[in-house]
Amino acid sequence: MPILVALFLMPAPSAFGAERFALPKFKSGYELPPLHVPPAASDALEYLDVAALAVALALASYLALRARSRRALWVLMAASLAYFGFYRGGCICSIGAIQNVALALLDNGYAIPFTAVAFFVIPLAVTLLFGRTFCAAVCPLGALQDIVAVRPVRVPAWLDHGLGLLAYVYLGAAVLFAATGAAFLICEYDPFVAIFRLVPLTRPNAMMEAFGGSTGMLVLGAGFVLVGLFIARPYCRWLCPYGAILRLLSRASKWHVTITPDECVHCTLCEDACPFNAIQKPTTDLPRPDRLIDRRRLALLLILVPLLLAGGGCFGRWLGEPFSRMHFTVQQAQRVRLEETGQITGTDDISDAFYKTQRPREELYAEADAIGGRFDIGGTLLGVWVGLVVAVKLIHLSVYRTRTDYEPDRATCLSCGRCFKYCPVERKRLKTLKGEPTTP
Amino acid sequence: MPTDNDANNKITRRNLFRKGGLAAGATVVTGTAAALATKGGSDGLVWQIDPEKCIQCGNCATYCVLDPSAVKCVHALKLCGYCDLCFAYFSPGFEPEASIEVPAVESQLCPTEAIKRRWIEGPHYEYTIDEELCIGCGKCIKGCNNFGNGSLFLQVMHNRCVNCNECSIAEACPSDAFQRVPADHPYLLKGEDHQV
Repeated sequence: MPILVALFLMPAPSAFGAERFALPKFKSGYELPPLHVPPAASDALEYLDVAALAVALALASYLALRARSRRALWVLMAASLAYFGFYRGGCICSIGAIQNVALALLDNGYAIPFTAVAFFVIPLAVTLLFGRTFCAAVCPLGALQDIVAVRPVRVPAWLDHGLGLLAYVYLGAAVLFAATGAAFLICEYDPFVAIFRLVPLTRPNAMMEAFGGSTGMLVLGAGFVLVGLFIARPYCRWLCPYGAILRLLSRASKWHVTITPDECVHCTLCEDACPFNAIQKPTTDLPRPDRLIDRRRLALLLILVPLLLAGGGCFGRWLGEPFSRMHFTVQQAQRVRLEETGQITGTDDISDAFYKTQRPREELYAEADAIGGRFDIGGTLLGVWVGLVVAVKLIHLSVYRTRTDYEPDRATCLSCGRCFKYCPVERKRLKTLKGEPTTP
Repeated sequence: MPTDNDANNKITRRNLFRKGGLAAGATVVTGTAAALATKGGSDGLVWQIDPEKCIQCGNCATYCVLDPSAVKCVHALKLCGYCDLCFAYFSPGFEPEASIEVPAVESQLCPTEAIKRRWIEGPHYEYTIDEELCIGCGKCIKGCNNFGNGSLFLQVMHNRCVNCNECSIAEACPSDAFQRVPADHPYLLKGEDHQV
């Protein structure tokens, strides 16, 4: 017994799982029970998710473009919110799938699951055909915001355009951090997933941690819902990185939702119908001097493009180093280096985890340097991307386009169908216009 | 949509741009899909804890989106010493001689009494985990690693895990012990063959 006690009091060697006490040789016929762990759940539900996505997209496109029914779209939207949002917990979603795709394309060690590919590609293909019907009634994040938008106010066009650029920046950053293996930003800062999972109801201890765990996300979600009462779909319009891709594809879509089912009669009734500023008015011919000013401005902007790209690239390169600190290995290397040089005394969880592996420090430093190098390149590319986005936006705003009718802006129109009932031609089609003969 | 079709068929600069954009968009989307088809094809990935990296910080119990956490303690009995005085079972201040006076609950390390102890023979006891009660805090594992064989370890239980695209415990893990593993080999078990 004294020997046993001495053994206990010995300082624990760092070697992990050392067998200090041998497995006893049992004489009573005791047999070791086998180690039992439950198997992974079958992925049948994931295939059902993909099927549900395809059906919902087909239905949304039919309801928006053919049936032209806002009410039916609303019902489909609520169903999508219930299934993809509350039942499936908002995971996996098309927005988050961007990160799986970026990681798969740039890291050969990552085998992307089939569902992530399907959730990324199918809505893109549908958008190329019919416009953003995914946003209208399939995306659970969009649905939640759409349902709470009870008193939408009009956002000034300049603010709308400016904030709209954030989505492209977010897209670029999400791709950078996912491809370098640092973080899945979109999931980490998804404002609605905490609401889908009703985190406060099931996680009393998560509520206790001020900004740790899921509480920060819950606060974020509640904030978006509150803002969303007065500003329709703020996440969709200004932040959604998947929406940024859909904007580009929707511009070129084969077919698209129209405000009027027939010819526009320029009645101006639909002008204020859209809470997303997505209805464009017909243009009036500008007098000649104004056009000249426009052309000069465009020429100036074209000269400015290389400057914006170069400036963005430099700024991004400068941000590469701070960005790389989001990566676990870089954080660990920094901490270990500080402890090695004596700038910090004592260890923390992160450095303890490294010492436990008993790897040489140089190996960790080399690994962190390699990741830092990837962030230098990635940061530069992100900067160039942001410069490009700003340049294209400025040029786009200064190019003069003629429009004869009230039309939805194909990029920002979410195909929600709110404008249909404002159009008298539509009302005539539905025979709900008072004072009109019902049959010819 | 008669007007829309007429407008689409007219050859204007705007329609040419749109058609070019459509062709370019279709090429990019199919290209990406094809590239991903060659990269993917996995049955999917699930989250798991590498017991060699885990430092039992306690985050597994509090950061999971589920309550209680999907992470539970697993006991590899073939690595266990079947000790009488188990430092995963008894709290550090516990003195065996005083065990008659100290109530059982106060003498135990596990906050939920999830470790069950059963006498086998001589000085040997079998320790098993009641999964229903375990909250994945890792307190017992720390005790076992420090003074015993390290036969206890944390694992993500796949009958509970909802497999979030980004695991919220993985985000909070201070030792980068969470990793994605193939769904057909979803555990990293100590003392078993299929370590990844």
